[in-house]
Order: sequence, then C-alpha cells, then structure tokens
Amino acid sequence: MRYAETGYNLEVDLSRGNIERVETDPRLTELHLGGLGTNARILWDRVPPETEPFSPDNPLILSTGLLCGTPAPGANRTIVTTISPLTRYLAYSMMGGFWAPELKYAGYDKVILRGKSADLVYLYINNDKVEIRDASHLRGKGSNETAELIRRELKDPNVQVSAIGLAGENRVFFASIEQGRSSASRGGIGAVMGDKGVKAVAVRGTKDVNIARPAEFVELCNGVLRYIKDRESKPIPGVMPILAGLGSPQEMKLIDEEWHTTNFMWGNSRTRRKDFWTKDIEEKWRETQESVRTRLISCYNCPMKCGATISVPGVATYMMKCFTKLTYTMAAFSDLDFGFRIAQRATEYGVDGFSAPQVMAFALELLEAGILKESDVAGMPADNEGKFYWLLDRIVRREGIGDVLADGTYWAAKKLGSGAEEYAHNNIKKQEQLPLKLGMLNPVYYLMYSTGEKINITQIEGQFPQAPFMTKEETEEFIRDWIHVPDDRFKEYLRKWEFRGEFSNPYYPDIQASCDIVDWQEMMHYIDDALGMCAGLSSFPLKPPYHIHNYPSFITAATGLDMDEAGLAKITRRNRMLVRSVNVRRGLRRADEKPPEDHWKKRFPELEQELLSTYYKFKGWNMNGIPTREKLEELDLGYVAEDLEKRGILKDGQD
Amino acid sequence: MAKIKKKVKVIKVDADKCNGCRGCEIVCSAFHAAPKYSDINPAKSRIQVISHRLRNIWLPVFAGEYAPAECMGRDQYIIDGKEYDECNFCRAACPSRDIFKEPDSGLPLKCDMCEGEDKPKCVEWCLNDVLTYEEREEEVDEDVKLDDVEVGLESMIDKYGREKVLDTIARMSQKEE
Repeated sequence: MRYAETGYNLEVDLSRGNIERVETDPRLTELHLGGLGTNARILWDRVPPETEPFSPDNPLILSTGLLCGTPAPGANRTIVTTISPLTRYLAYSMMGGFWAPELKYAGYDKVILRGKSADLVYLYINNDKVEIRDASHLRGKGSNETAELIRRELKDPNVQVSAIGLAGENRVFFASIEQGRSSASRGGIGAVMGDKGVKAVAVRGTKDVNIARPAEFVELCNGVLRYIKDRESKPIPGVMPILAGLGSPQEMKLIDEEWHTTNFMWGNSRTRRKDFWTKDIEEKWRETQESVRTRLISCYNCPMKCGATISVPGVATYMMKCFTKLTYTMAAFSDLDFGFRIAQRATEYGVDGFSAPQVMAFALELLEAGILKESDVAGMPADNEGKFYWLLDRIVRREGIGDVLADGTYWAAKKLGSGAEEYAHNNIKKQEQLPLKLGMLNPVYYLMYSTGEKINITQIEGQFPQAPFMTKEETEEFIRDWIHVPDDRFKEYLRKWEFRGEFSNPYYPDIQASCDIVDWQEMMHYIDDALGMCAGLSSFPLKPPYHIHNYPSFITAATGLDMDEAGLAKITRRNRMLVRSVNVRRGLRRADEKPPEDHWKKRFPELEQELLSTYYKFKGWNMNGIPTREKLEELDLGYVAEDLEKRGILKDGQD
Repeated sequence: MAKIKKKVKVIKVDADKCNGCRGCEIVCSAFHAAPKYSDINPAKSRIQVISHRLRNIWLPVFAGEYAPAECMGRDQYIIDGKEYDECNFCRAACPSRDIFKEPDSGLPLKCDMCEGEDKPKCVEWCLNDVLTYEEREEEVDEDVKLDDVEVGLESMIDKYGREKVLDTIARMSQKEE
C-alpha cells in the first residue's frame, strides 16, 4: 500500500484522446517527495530544451503535494508545472483551494496533460471514470462562470474545478488557472492550458488516502492546530500588521494598508506616495471593504481566513485573497472600490494580478511618451478607470494593441522598440515583479531576487524578519521562542543586525550570513512545494507551525519513510538543483540573475557580484550559475551532469 | 411510566462563522476509520459542509437517521435572500441523495458524537467556533427498549414488508421441524 500519496498519475494525451492511469515508482517519492520535486523530475526526463512552450510536447502538470489530502492542516496546494511562455523557463505556479485534495481522493497524485486537443474540451475525473468532454459551450466564459456551469452540467456541487478564462484561451502570457477561491497565476501557465485546448479540469473523488502511522500523525496535526490557536492570540509586536500573524497576508481581514500604499509604488511601479494613508482614506477604505466583503474564507483544511467572498453591487460575486486587492488600485492611482470591481472582471478573465495591472500602466506610460500612438488606442475612453477596463478587455481578446500587450511588458517592449524597453523596467527574467522600489540594497533580498526561480519574491522570502527590530529588547523578545531556526547562528545574525552603522544593510547581514539566510528561506519553500503545504502556515510568516525540526516527523508518520532533518534538507537541495538544471539547460545563466536596475536607489555592484559568486559557490554552482558535477553527484543527480556535459553546458573539469 | 435522566448531547452550529475549510469532515472521516485515523475520505464523513461559495452558503450538517424511503415532498429554503438547494437542511441518509452514505457500499452513516471521547472530534478541530458542544440532562419517560432482534426485524420489515418477513419466518420454522 502507498501512504499519503496514491501512487498513480493520470496521463492524458489530448492529441489522441488517450487517457492512462500510470503507477509511479515509489523510489521517486524517496528521492523527490512529490509536488514540485516529482514535477521537476518529469520535466527533466521528458522535455528537451528545444521544446517550445506552445509545443504539444510541453506537458502541463497539475500536481498534488505529498501531504495533500492527509489531515495535515494547510496541505492543500496544487503545484502546476510547465515551460512558461513568458520566461521560457520552468514555471511553477501554485494555488490553494480545494482541487489538490479532491484529486487525491479520486485516486491520483498528478494529472499530466500533453498534446493538444483540436476542439475546446474539459477533463472530468470522477474516481476511476475519466472523460474528455466537449467544452465548446464554455468558450469565452469566465473562470467562475465555467466552474458553475460544469457543476450544474455534472449535477454535482462537490466537483472541484480548475478553469481558465478568456485570457488562457487566447494564450495571454500572464494568463492564470483559476479555482474559485485561488489561482495559479505566475508564468502564464493558463496560456499553456489554453494552447492545449483545455478549458477546465473538474475533479470529484470519494476514495481513501492512507496514513502509515495514524495515531502519531494525528497527534502531530493536533499539535499544529494548538500552535495556530496560540500563535494567533499572540501577534508579533514591532512588525507591519500583515506580518504579525500567520497565513498569507491577511488583506481581506485587515483594513490597515498604510504599509503597502506608502511603501509600494503606484502606476507602472514608479511613484511612491509616502503621505497617501490618512484617517480619511482609512475610513473610506474600511467602508468599501466592509461593504463588499460577505465572508472571510479559507482553503481546504485550514483554520485561517486569508480569502473572502466579494460582492460588489452590480458585479457578480467572486473570491479574492491577498495583494490583488491593491494591484489594480495602485496601478491606476485609483481607490479600493475600483480595485474590487476590476478584480472581479480580471478573475473571470483569468489573469495574473501582479502582471496585468502593470502591463496596463506600462501601456499608458508608453502612450504618454509617444511610443504608443493615439491610433493604437483608438476607442479608449478618456476616464482613468475606463482606460484600464478597456485595456484589459483588449488584452484578453488579443485585439489590436492588446495583442502586443498580452505578451507582457518584456516581450511587448521588444516588439514595440523605439525605447519602450526603458518602460519595461520592473522585470526579473522577463516577469513583472511586485511594484517595490527601495533605498538601500538589502543583501538577503538581492540574492533572493537574483537567484529565486519562482521569480516571485513572496514565494521566496519568509521566516527571517524583513528588517531589524527597533530595540535590543524587542529583538530578545522575538528570539526567546524562535524555535524555528535551523541553528543558533540565525539568532546571532538577527541580534547583530541594526538599522544604522557597521551592522546594517548593505554590508550586514554579511555575505556568509546572507547565504545562510537565503538558503534557509529557500529550503522551507521547497519543502512546502513538495508537500503541497501553504506558505502561509510555513515558509512565509514569522514563527509558523511547520518548520525544519518538525517536518521530518510529519513525513515519516504520513508516509512511513524514515526521514530526518539531514535527509529532508538533502531532498530539498536535490529538488532545488533539478529546477535549476532544467532552466540551465534552457539557457539560464548568471547574466539573467539580477533584480530590476531601479529596485534600490543605492546599488553596490562589486558587493553584489561578490554576494552572487559566494552564493553560487555555496550552492554548488559554478561562476556562471551552472550546477557542478561534484554537487550533482552528491545529490544523486549524476545523470544531470552527464546530460549537461554532453550538451557542452558543463565542461569537464571546469567546475 | 417511570421518569429517568437522559444525557442530551448537542452540537451547536453557528454557520455564519464557517470559513468553509472542511476540517470537520477530515477529522470525522479519519476518526471513524479502522484503525483510527488510518485513512481519510471526506465523502465518508458524518458531517458535511454543504457549500455554494458564490451564494455565500456554508452549512455544516450532521448525519442523522437512516431513512428507507424518500419523503413525500421536498423542502427548499430561502433565508436572508439566500436560496438553499432542496433538502440541504435534512440530516437523513435517504435514497434521494448521495450524502451520508459509504461511497463504496452505499451503507448509511450516522453521527455518533464520537462516543467515548471528551467531545466530538469535529468540534475539537473547528478553530473558528462554528461548532460548539454542550451536554445537558433531561428527565424523560422511560422508553420501552427494543432488543437487538426486534431492531433487526423492524428494519427487515421496513425493507421487505411485514407480510414477506412473516412468510419467511413461517417457512423457516417449518423447515426446522
């Protein structure tokens, strides 16, 4: 019997209409756990670097994590992996919600879509019965609308649906896969789904997920719930409200947006409005938020309330979480009411809430600069908010200028020329970033931005405070019950860190400390992504219920695998290395690993290069960011070294 | 009839507080697995969160009695402008629908308040205080208790009709003679 996992993948060839239930090799679980780990392995094994994102040979993998479907609170993430049309690297975008556990109960760990369907279809998985069904009547429908129509058609309200909207159908490079409550947004994975002719994947499962050591496992889960209750009653003082508690930033719950609105940039990530947040604004935004928010909601098996159902008068109800609340508002220099309204349309269309607003603000800047002509936007309304609706409608339909903008700021600027590149200023590896521009270089964040292959800082950072505490007493108070650190070195790093002077940014945390901190943060995310655990209960917040010291027991009790901290760390490094290897084979090099030029006002080119070189060495990569044979072999990835050498990417003896 | 004291166990459901996480379903199905917690399958849970997210409906319902036949009619509620589907509030495992039945065998499931535990597991796992547990004592008339054979026979009669059961018993007793 297989524990925690089902031991079966569903392999669907859309070109031929063939569906197979394939037993997986248990050895792969031992090597990679599951989720992102086994997804990366499939991409390495099956997808040669020449494969184009819109090739039938580019698989779209919708995967559960190893702990999804078990009682482990927060283990509900779907990890979607494919080659991104936007970055052209491995995209791994994730979503919470209810889809992954349902897939486990249907008896599968992953759905692997390959080929292309000639007509628009949706996949219906009902335990052992799997059908490719006609979706021509769903063409052009919104993501929520599609889910509702499918539930009605199947006469089953318990079917969980992951669907694309118009943006995915039209292969917009920042199209998302939406799942009512959540979305996998980054890297344009929705475009790959649309390219395959798949409108939705609907799942219903009523089978068992087995646990190897039941009594032990449930006691661990009870411990997590007790911890959450206690931790939620003790918000961490001295940090911004969104970081005080657990969960992904509780923006549907919180009204206080002073930190985001006065620190993040408005427009095309240009303008900081330090004095924006006033009593009047707070009152007005409170009224808006409280009047449209009908209920705070969570994902599967999680006591938090990171999301909300939103009912804006005159607009269909939808669900939202997190930062999309502000991205449209801030891109358009508008207010919260506009943000909630346009987010509804954007959710139905299925677009990335980071990229889409930025692309539109970028277009308006180009227009102002004369790079786009009035004739390019003929018909666009004159009012500010109207412009955003108009651009969004063009982009998801790829109409006129929308067709250019639908490729994201990097590719659009390239196509437009005439200096447009200057305006696509907020990208890393071709993908739009959080609109954040700061003063002083932070060495830890420099490394995370440069090397993180999720290319999205909120899914790279976490655990370690984002800034030093104001006083020694606060620092000591924080450290007192900081059991989550891998070892006491990290407490010392925090103790020494100061706002000013010798031990402050950019020279402190020093290079070694920065490497350690980044490595710890990355390790926690990679564990979560293999297990299907939400970062909001683990790698993102300060002092989360899951950490490196208790994770091994969860894995052991759930699966029966003997796991300890060293073993888990090794698997994590292996998965991390495999993701890098897929990308290196597709051309990723040191030159690509840099934050936007204007991310910090004060830059230190020499220090930055030293940081990068030291971190590369620390990770077992050569000076060009390519994994060395020695390190690959140490992680049982000799076959990767061989392939990289055969292709002349890794040169023998040049480690 | 004699008066006796009876313990009444109540799970209060404050559906307005429900965040829709279904933790109650998870722990219920795990607790009732054999061995305990060895498998999880929310379809086997004796509490189901009826949800229609876009209609803002999250309604935890406990499995009640097994009903051998459908009702003569159906009910449908509208509360605070929210339209609930037919039979959403009903706790019976009945032939008209799939909930509260073992997915494989179709056998009915019934909430047992996690007999033997301090309080039902779903209550323990609900950190949002949707489910709270109360016990109280009530004085009731002493029931004439049916013995096991009678309970069994009653269900046979429910299923096959009195005549058929009587015929069968008569036939079986003739054979034995």
